[in-house]
Amino acid sequence: MFEGFLRNRRVQTGLAIFGFFVFVAVFGDLLLKLVGFGPLDVDYDALHTPPGHGGHLLGTTISGQDVLAQLISGARGSMAVGTLSALLAIGLGALIGVSSGFFGGIYDTIMNGITNVFMTMPSFALTLIAAGYISAAGGPGSNAMGWALMAFLIGIFEWPGMARYLRAQTLTLRGRDWAMATKLLGESRWRMVFSEVFPHLLGIVSATFLRAIMAGILAEAGLNFLGVSTGGVISWGTMITNAQTQGALTLGWWWWFITPGLAIAFIGTAAALVNFGLDEVTNPKLRTGNTRAVNKFNKAQRKAAAVAD
Amino acid sequence: MTTAANTQPPARRRDDARDDVVLEARDVTKHFEVRSKQGTRVVRAVEGVDLQLHRGEIVAMVGESGSGKTTVARMLSLYYPVTSGEILLQGRPVKSVWGKAAKDYYAQVQLLFQDPFASLNSLKSIRHILGRAVKIHQPRLGKREVEQKVLGLLEKVALLPAEQYIDKFPHELSGGQRQRIVIARALAVEPQVMLGDEPISMLDVSIRLDVLNLLTRLRDEDGVALLYITHDIASARYIADRINVMYAGEMVEGGPSESVIHTPQHPYTRLLLDSSPNPDRGIESDQGSLFDEVGDLGEPPSLIEPPRGCRFNPRCPFAMEICTTDKPERTEVSPGHWARCHLHTVGGAEQLRAERIQFGVPVEQVEAELAAVTGDDEPHADVETSTVALESQTTDRIGGPQP
Ligand SMILES: Nc1ncnc2c1ncn2[C@@H]1O[C@H](COP(=O)(O)OP(=O)(O)OP(=O)(O)O)[C@@H](O)[C@H]1O
Ligand code: SF4
Ligand SMILES: [Mg+2]
Repeated sequence: MFEGFLRNRRVQTGLAIFGFFVFVAVFGDLLLKLVGFGPLDVDYDALHTPPGHGGHLLGTTISGQDVLAQLISGARGSMAVGTLSALLAIGLGALIGVSSGFFGGIYDTIMNGITNVFMTMPSFALTLIAAGYISAAGGPGSNAMGWALMAFLIGIFEWPGMARYLRAQTLTLRGRDWAMATKLLGESRWRMVFSEVFPHLLGIVSATFLRAIMAGILAEAGLNFLGVSTGGVISWGTMITNAQTQGALTLGWWWWFITPGLAIAFIGTAAALVNFGLDEVTNPKLRTGNTRAVNKFNKAQRKAAAVAD
Repeated sequence: MTTAANTQPPARRRDDARDDVVLEARDVTKHFEVRSKQGTRVVRAVEGVDLQLHRGEIVAMVGESGSGKTTVARMLSLYYPVTSGEILLQGRPVKSVWGKAAKDYYAQVQLLFQDPFASLNSLKSIRHILGRAVKIHQPRLGKREVEQKVLGLLEKVALLPAEQYIDKFPHELSGGQRQRIVIARALAVEPQVMLGDEPISMLDVSIRLDVLNLLTRLRDEDGVALLYITHDIASARYIADRINVMYAGEMVEGGPSESVIHTPQHPYTRLLLDSSPNPDRGIESDQGSLFDEVGDLGEPPSLIEPPRGCRFNPRCPFAMEICTTDKPERTEVSPGHWARCHLHTVGGAEQLRAERIQFGVPVEQVEAELAAVTGDDEPHADVETSTVALESQTTDRIGGPQP
């Protein structure tokens, strides 16, 4: 199943884009050395200069900070929030989905109820309200919150889809002969879940994990843009927010907000591409299949029909 | 390693293994509740089955599809709780199906699966699959000792050289090799009883005999008791010391293999034997073929509303008034050989010894119906073969077709 996912052309493109940003985030410090400016260094000789002037490849902000340096360091912030939120979402989703599929009974009924409630909630709006409330509670004048808290808020609303899918998968795995065989050996239930059943879900869990990271990045940027900012960390979201509040849009300093916007758009595209692939794998109705295999099958069928006549 | 077709039945169980019952089912019943649009309905999958497995003995359970064989095996392996009745291991009733009690039970009773492609976890190596089975029941063994045991198991099921198989994955093995792994896994816990649910029916014809011989070897060398479930009365005869016949969730006949085969005491057993193209043919033929023909001989009854009285009465050429009202009691015909049929209480059992018995509907009618359905006058190819089989059975008519 997972191999099919990785062979999908769209998924490969999406992963390549995403991989590029992961690379930037991981090797950010080295890249910053190459750029020659730190993200917060102020160059008084080059305030809000357009790209290419004064050694600033992508221009500077109103206070003379290098946009490229900010973009690189923003990749880190965005990636960190995205990854943490995804870890939370996947962790919760896997725990709840796999356990309720495996144990069934009343536990399953309760967990399924909770999942459904979370599923029907308008998650982004709720995150926004909760985030707004928390940052407002941080004291007068404070409109920032820690990036970890932000990640938590994003992740807590993202697990239900995962849980539901993994529950269904676990249910079918549990009914397989080999699962019955391990039970009839006297294997403990926890070992059965983690050692026997869960490995079958690993492929799909990691694919969903990628998707969740990207969704987290987008959510963080969106929240920042809507005024709930992540304090202390530079992310693409905070870059856009700063550009906007300091009038970059009206003053025509496009390089300041277009570049992080493009980065976010790329992540969005990558997410969409991976999503297509994931849906094809997890939702059999959408599966177009390997054309060669399909043709071969059709041919074999026609042949069989001819023989039968 | 294909053994040449060995038509000589293997040696019967040893005499010193006579009367120790290892696993016993007493009057077990299983009803499934199925929810449908019409509301909840009860499927009476198994009713009032008694079964005894002795040490060092192979007992066959024969019956057509849907007769409840798998359900019995699953109750015996505690996978389904019984609706009523009792399961006794070494004479002690089995109470709990959870925790330590279940583990102790599984240390003695193991199930062999029908489908060797579905019953091994595809992500695990043979080392893991067999190693876990050893380790669960002997947690104190070290890595080395477990490996030694695993190698020993592979040798036992003749996967040689064992070192070559231990690190393989299921998909690298053939069906027959996998089934040997399935058997080795069951053996890993050193069980007293193995429940084989059609263990050879999905294997290639050429290796069925090998697997059957392996099972008889386990009986003879280790004194394992085996319940051998099958469609195919010929393979039951080949391997089993006793044969039990299931029909529509009930056990209708049981006794020593040769006695059941040569003097069947229930009309359904006769039907099974007669529709088996040649009971002496060994086990090379395809199991499926056996019951392809029974389609012409009547359908198994509904288990939701089974026929009153004897469940076989709609298909039975000897059905009498009493058969539609009273359930036949178990009658012992000869030592250890019993049947549940009114012919033994009311009289008329001698009819079972007749050369030919006609079951179901006349051949001409089947042909006519088929022609009407398919729209061509040529009888369908496989109907033709079954027709030949039928004709040889119907020359001497005794019981007329049932209304
Ligand atoms: N879990 C279940 N729920 C409802 N009905 C069931 C269930 N399992 C089995 N049955 C029904 O019980 C009856 C006996 O089934 P079982 O699988 O025991 O037959 P079998 O003799 O093993 O048949 P086969 O030779 O096809 O394997 C069938 O009518 C089946 O539909
Ligand atoms: S009891 Fe009656 S219907 Fe049932 S098998 Fe015997 S003769 Fe036939
Ligand atoms: Mg079955």
